[in-house]
Amino acid sequence: MSLVVATIKRDLVIAARNPGEWLNPLMFFLMVLALFPLAVDPDPKFLAKIAAGVVWVAALLATLLSLDALFKADVEDGTLEQWLASGESLYAMALGKVFVHWCISGLPLTLVAPLLALMMNLPEEAYSALFFSLLLGTPILSLLGAVGAALTAGVRSGGLLLSLVILPLYIPILIFGASAVYHAGIEMEYAGQLGFLASFLCIAMTLTPFAVAGALKLNLSR
Amino acid sequence: MWEALKRLYHRMGSPKWFYEISARWLPWFAIPAALCMIVGTVWGLAFAPADYQQGNSFRIIYIHVPAAILAQSAYAMMAIAGAIFLIWRMKMAAWVAASIAPIGASFCFIALMTGAIWGKPTWGTWWVWDARLTSMLLLLFLYFGVMALQKAMDTEDTAAKAGAILSLVGLVNIPIIKYSVEWWNTLHQPATLKLTEESTMAMDMLIPLLIMIVGFYLLFATLIFMRTRNQVLWHERKKNWVKKLIQAQAER
Repeated sequence: MSLVVATIKRDLVIAARNPGEWLNPLMFFLMVLALFPLAVDPDPKFLAKIAAGVVWVAALLATLLSLDALFKADVEDGTLEQWLASGESLYAMALGKVFVHWCISGLPLTLVAPLLALMMNLPEEAYSALFFSLLLGTPILSLLGAVGAALTAGVRSGGLLLSLVILPLYIPILIFGASAVYHAGIEMEYAGQLGFLASFLCIAMTLTPFAVAGALKLNLSR
Repeated sequence: MWEALKRLYHRMGSPKWFYEISARWLPWFAIPAALCMIVGTVWGLAFAPADYQQGNSFRIIYIHVPAAILAQSAYAMMAIAGAIFLIWRMKMAAWVAASIAPIGASFCFIALMTGAIWGKPTWGTWWVWDARLTSMLLLLFLYFGVMALQKAMDTEDTAAKAGAILSLVGLVNIPIIKYSVEWWNTLHQPATLKLTEESTMAMDMLIPLLIMIVGFYLLFATLIFMRTRNQVLWHERKKNWVKKLIQAQAER
């Protein structure tokens, strides 16, 4: 367990010293959001209608882009071999890595999203729904994405492949997340959608680390 | 019974045994497949009564529905074969899984194409974001993901394992995707555009459909046998028995 804690600490320190690691996804998030008023229509009424979906799609893409690097360095510099040799459970290790990834990508997104939703003219009632749906949804994005990241860690130009592999799996989260925000915007009940997201999170948290651990082992035979 | 199954399983693990036995089994799948599909097509297209609402355009159901059913069950079979490979390290299972992926994707594509062609006369457009069409499209994406991942890996073993892991993750996700898409769909638009429900079909329309479904399954089995036989030959190309086989054919 101490190895997992040490890895989490190390990764957080690295992220703190390389602000780009957590700032770049945020900037990407902002830029994608800016594309929609420019490309489609800057009319506030129209923006309010699409805000829920657009913010969620942008958050999803930003997470996806930051995933590529999740295991790459550890595979390349031999850290992965050390983990396996240490006898520490890969399951815990996978959870630890995902936790760090969420701290530097999902959490900042969740905190900044309400601010950016302002620019998209999201109805006031929807802010708490946006915050809570992202708070529950982004860890699932990190967990599912970690499977793809582990599978493609050893592949050159794995970024595009990662998106191909993972995007279809993100659809349910996108549907429930965006619909929670949309329903809050038209003053309807949205606890059900959050409930679904919470249950997806529980399933993903218990099952995906197995897949991540299995996929990480593949990188050894290369 | 159990012992016999276990023996069959262990024999299945031997590529050479599979290659020899599948040559004998192949016609028992291929000929009934051809018969079922000919009978089903002719019956369905020429003799089944026309639908009172959709007229003759409903007849595409005899291709569309079997292809859609096959596309879904093929994904499950691929994931199960992958699991067998991951758990018991049975190479044959990996080769079967690898041969299923493109076949399943093709059936998925056929289902989407025929769905679009069917949609034009009945709904007035080629594409509607109907729950079933959308979840079929996502299934096609899942197939593409597995195939792209298998292609990108540099060794055969990692390709097989990575494909197996991804298809298992996908298998867990398929029901979630399916139900969330259905749920999304009922919220966004009223479900007026439902396809003909199978259970309410008239008997003389249903029987050719069932024959076609059986025919498609047999065709699927035939294709898997053929592709897996190729896989066996390719992977075992340096083994003695394959060399002898090739020599024997050359001498003939």
